[in-house]
Amino acid sequence: MVEAVDNGPALLRALRERRPDVAVVDIRLPPGFTDEGLRAALEARRARPGLPVLILSQYVDQLYAQELLASGQGAIGYLLKDRVTHTAQFVDAVRTVAGGGTVMDPQVIAKLLARSDARGTTAELTPREHEVLRLMAEGRSNAAIMHTLHIGESAVAKHTASIFAKLRIEASADDNRRVLAVLAYLKR
Amino acid sequence: MAAGRDGTAGAGAGAVPTARAQLLALARCQRLSLYSIAVSAAGALVVGALMLLPVGVGRPLLPGAAQALRRLSDRYRSWTELWTGTTISPPEPLPPADGPRSRRAVRILGDDGFWRDLRWSWLEPWTGGLLVAVPLTLAVFGLFGAAVQPFVWPWLGPGNWYAFVLVDSTGSMLAAAVLGLLFVAAGLRLAPTALELHARWSRRALAAPYTTELERRIEHLTDTRAEALDARADELRRIERDLHDGAQARLVAVGMALDEATRLLDTDPGGARALLREVRAGSARALQDLRDLVHGIHPPILTDRGLGDAVRSLALDSFLDVHVTAGLPGRLPAPVETAAYFAVAELLANAAKHSGGREVTVRLDHADGALRAVVTDDGHGGARPDGGTGLHGVVRRLSTVDGTLALHSPPGGPTTVTLEIPCEILCESPGGTPCASSSPRTSSSCGTD
Repeated sequence: MVEAVDNGPALLRALRERRPDVAVVDIRLPPGFTDEGLRAALEARRARPGLPVLILSQYVDQLYAQELLASGQGAIGYLLKDRVTHTAQFVDAVRTVAGGGTVMDPQVIAKLLARSDARGTTAELTPREHEVLRLMAEGRSNAAIMHTLHIGESAVAKHTASIFAKLRIEASADDNRRVLAVLAYLKR
Repeated sequence: MAAGRDGTAGAGAGAVPTARAQLLALARCQRLSLYSIAVSAAGALVVGALMLLPVGVGRPLLPGAAQALRRLSDRYRSWTELWTGTTISPPEPLPPADGPRSRRAVRILGDDGFWRDLRWSWLEPWTGGLLVAVPLTLAVFGLFGAAVQPFVWPWLGPGNWYAFVLVDSTGSMLAAAVLGLLFVAAGLRLAPTALELHARWSRRALAAPYTTELERRIEHLTDTRAEALDARADELRRIERDLHDGAQARLVAVGMALDEATRLLDTDPGGARALLREVRAGSARALQDLRDLVHGIHPPILTDRGLGDAVRSLALDSFLDVHVTAGLPGRLPAPVETAAYFAVAELLANAAKHSGGREVTVRLDHADGALRAVVTDDGHGGARPDGGTGLHGVVRRLSTVDGTLALHSPPGGPTTVTLEIPCEILCESPGGTPCASSSPRTSSSCGTD
């Protein structure tokens, strides 16, 4: 850990000057206790694209998720605060963001999926593929998907290939690009 | 509301009204000038009835005459509103016809609105009637010069003057025709202005007295305050119930499971572990319940970012394609933001449930001291304010901040709902942060594209 700060302006300064490998940021900070953490993160990332930031919040909002994803660069995470209690998953998330990946809270993804379902854009998927799509969108790696769904590596590969074919998304070996492609599809 | 838009002649707005609007205004001037005959007839009728009062014949006559006059003045009020957007607050209704007719006549004599109507009926033909006659006369005289005189001037004899042109040759006839065209153009150009002035005069003559307006205002405030208190009590009851059934109940369950897990720790570590997992799930659900509750009371994004972004967030949650255009230069008072947010949320939910449409546009702006939100969907229309679609609740909620709702939903669509809430733009955000930091956006749109 290089620095701990407790307000918005200090956070922005620290993000700019210390250039951390990853910053874990609470969205609600002094002085205003609104969305200073998010604003500081967005501003720092404008100055230095791809600066890894994981935002924690007491609630998640689709608009904030969209703002964080808008740059399309990855190295971004947005999670509910209580996900911290799931230590292993939280550490995974921090590592993913530090490594340039994208992590979105299951609640953000659930809302996106509910919307896609209502609009029929994911109607072609089987229930299993639906599950895999959800985990991919959250930013989980193939290994994590195997572990969560208790299926083998080949099964995961088969499902992802089928999803990409059905949704006509270009498959990508790069994990982060895959997440961003899936999110872009769901936001349509 | 929208019905009057096409005819809002635009006088005073700075722009030159279109030819169609000018013609329409001229036709309306014609209608007003014809009606001023009816108005003076009704005024004469009422005066006749008044004069016949001492001999007893007036008593049964007066209520009918007063009623006829009121119907006319009501018609003028609604025309004025429809044509120019000038609202004229109506007087109290005439005393009702319960009891003998003669008693009603006496009560009419004590009615303030009746005497205002009567005064208006004698003044209107000489003021409003003459005013609207100006563009009419110009147009008719001009039409004569341009379209009739060229064919009949040889038979009009010597000394035939058209305005200041002596028409005695083809050349002077043509000059008169050109002059006539100018008169027609002037008449058309003046018609919207005449209507606007007529509206101002009507407002002076026909509006209910100031005390009546104040009484109405007090009545309205008393009603809406009672509603606000009711709504608040309902809200508190709902919060109490949600807490009781949700987070509280889950926390009790968590406590019980923890107790059980402690007891099992030595004898059955596996069972204890399973219970602790349940505890974690239970506490997560309790947190979620609390989050939902907070969101239902006051969505955090509304505090963070204000109405524009909060509505953008709503748009992202909706299953429809919602396009938001927000042109708010700053933050609004917190009660206004909350009322507008929940009203728009309800309208979006309605559109998703009932409209059958796919796209919704939401426009937010602040003009003339009021926030205006216009929600339009491309559905099948035919929505009714009393159709049980939650519109009534929206109206009630808005009334506590003096807001109004106008619904325009012809069969076949589209449905447009316009909300208006009088309020000032704050230079400080409700949270105390200066409005400069809340990144005002003049116009941006978000949605699914």
